[in-house]
Amino acid sequence: MLEIKNLHVEVEGKKILNGLTLTIRDGEVAAIMGPNGSGKSTLSYVIAGKEDYTITEGDILLNGQSVLEMAADERAAAGLFLAFQYPLEIPGVATMTFLKAAMNAQRKARGEAELTPGDFMKRVREAAAKLGINLDMLKRPLNVGFSGGEKKRMEILQMSLLDPSFCILDETDSGLDIDALRIVAEGVNALRGGNRGMLVITHYQRLLDHIVPDTVHVMAKGRIVKSGGKELALELEKNGYADYVEAA
Amino acid sequence: MAAVLPMRTAAETALIERYHTEKATLPGAAEARAVAFARFEKAGLPSKRVESWHYTDLRNILREVAPAAGETQALSALDFENLPHRFVIANGRLAEGSAPEGVEVLPLSEALKAGRAAIGAAMGEAIDSVVDLNTALCRDGLFLSVKGDATLHLAFAEFVEDRRSVMPRIIAEVAPGASLTLIESHTGPEGIAYQKNSVVELLIGDGAKVEHIRLNAGGDKALMLSTLAAKIGAEAELTSLNFTTGGEISRHQSFITYAGENAKLRLNGATMLKGRQHCDNTLVVDHAVPHGESRELFRSVIDGEAQGVFQGKIIVRPHAQKTDGQMASNALLLSDEAAMSNKPELEIFADDVVCAHGATCGALDDNQLFYLMARGLPRVEAEALLVEAFIDEALDAITHDGVREALARRVSDWMRARKES
Repeated sequence: MLEIKNLHVEVEGKKILNGLTLTIRDGEVAAIMGPNGSGKSTLSYVIAGKEDYTITEGDILLNGQSVLEMAADERAAAGLFLAFQYPLEIPGVATMTFLKAAMNAQRKARGEAELTPGDFMKRVREAAAKLGINLDMLKRPLNVGFSGGEKKRMEILQMSLLDPSFCILDETDSGLDIDALRIVAEGVNALRGGNRGMLVITHYQRLLDHIVPDTVHVMAKGRIVKSGGKELALELEKNGYADYVEAA
Repeated sequence: MAAVLPMRTAAETALIERYHTEKATLPGAAEARAVAFARFEKAGLPSKRVESWHYTDLRNILREVAPAAGETQALSALDFENLPHRFVIANGRLAEGSAPEGVEVLPLSEALKAGRAAIGAAMGEAIDSVVDLNTALCRDGLFLSVKGDATLHLAFAEFVEDRRSVMPRIIAEVAPGASLTLIESHTGPEGIAYQKNSVVELLIGDGAKVEHIRLNAGGDKALMLSTLAAKIGAEAELTSLNFTTGGEISRHQSFITYAGENAKLRLNGATMLKGRQHCDNTLVVDHAVPHGESRELFRSVIDGEAQGVFQGKIIVRPHAQKTDGQMASNALLLSDEAAMSNKPELEIFADDVVCAHGATCGALDDNQLFYLMARGLPRVEAEALLVEAFIDEALDAITHDGVREALARRVSDWMRARKES
């Protein structure tokens, strides 16, 4: 469960989040929609632990525990995963090396033994096959020269291997054509279920046709201004955000 | 108008006296030594007024010359896996080792006395005071004549208990078509301000291949001056990597001359500095003939208040058409006080060439770090991963797996030590 309580966030003195409150229960898939500049990406970075933000008020709790004092890697080990809107290119670091380092770092932080090379390879092979990822691609430096679709599939591969308890998907549909979108959405849907909660951040209704949310929240001027079921997304697609932005 | 010479420093006076005292007992090459000494006597130690020494003011750094180190047994020296043939050069003299087939190895003193080794022949048009000093005063080292396919490790080790100086010299002749992998490692005691001025000369015959790797793991108070001088024959290939983590003040200079057409050069550097270390990589690549190819890639990681220097000069002579030269120096600064000076230079006198250079300097990318941390890597591990990848590109030139792995391990050890301090 993720609880965001009255969150106020500034960047260089400029207020971005303005008393945002939102609870996502175990197993729930929530969507946040909102216009450009409403603070959606800031919210995802703040939850994941990026350091450029000043939290002036409020709290974020993951499974009942505040994460504000935790560094990004500690939050990851606690079960948080952010699928980036723009996954970073890491020249010189083979994707496979990175995956192993990440999985073992999280295991170490949780006091678990490192994976054996055989166990690691088995997990990677299975997860890659489901997403149609060629193993040769995993020998290449992480995300370097990957297409938009390949980068997003790589994010979902990481999500599947790291097995988080809560996932944030930041504009996962950006830069994807219809086919790539379908593959990525299927990958996400396969990870739904159990206690795993998800927060899907998007501009467009389009993604929500593929990843159908349980709840939809409208964000404007740094807070949630309306919440509802999945039908709210359809309404937004028809009428736009203007009414909500004015009301906020 | 008479030239105004600065007053001689105590170090310069001591070096001049040393030459006069030792002249009669120096092994061989009397004429070459006299010429080099005359140049040194005139120029003195290079100060920051000498352009190629601007960032490493040796005249100011070398206040006193330490007495020459004495003969010693090899107590311990660095070893690499999969390198069966190792020569230990203790305090500048051959202490032990066995030559592989296809290589003749002689103490340099013997080769010079017998007139077998042409000292300074690999320098081409280059003139340098530190090389002149070594030429004038060096007592020993090795002469290698390579006719087959050989891999050799020269483990230079200093065994001194107080300030001493060593000036070893290696002269290697690689016959046409032969191939040589030459690894030189330099180790010495911590906390002792010993002074080293080593010169390696490579005379590379037509079609020969040389891979040269130098590891500077000198003591933390050492002055490490080193030179690679190479003359590359037609269709020949030279790859050289200078890997530095040691020394308080280090300067590695490379003087490369193309003696034949269609030769290929790859000159790389990997430098990791911390504390108040200073390391200067200076190179002059002289395309004296057409159709030469050169690639230079220098990577520096600088922490603490350390200072890195890169000076790269590519000369393309008027007739050296179709020269293809690419040079890059990239530095990663890990602290606010770390500094890097990059000075790439192209001197092109031919009109049909492709030459480019690039230099960058920056910190680790915060967004990349955040990305790696968001996947669970603690900051120190994320930083280590990025730094290792950065240096690794410069190590890419090495084809000897054992040495490459050993150097990569040194990179991660360096990062681990940084985390612990």
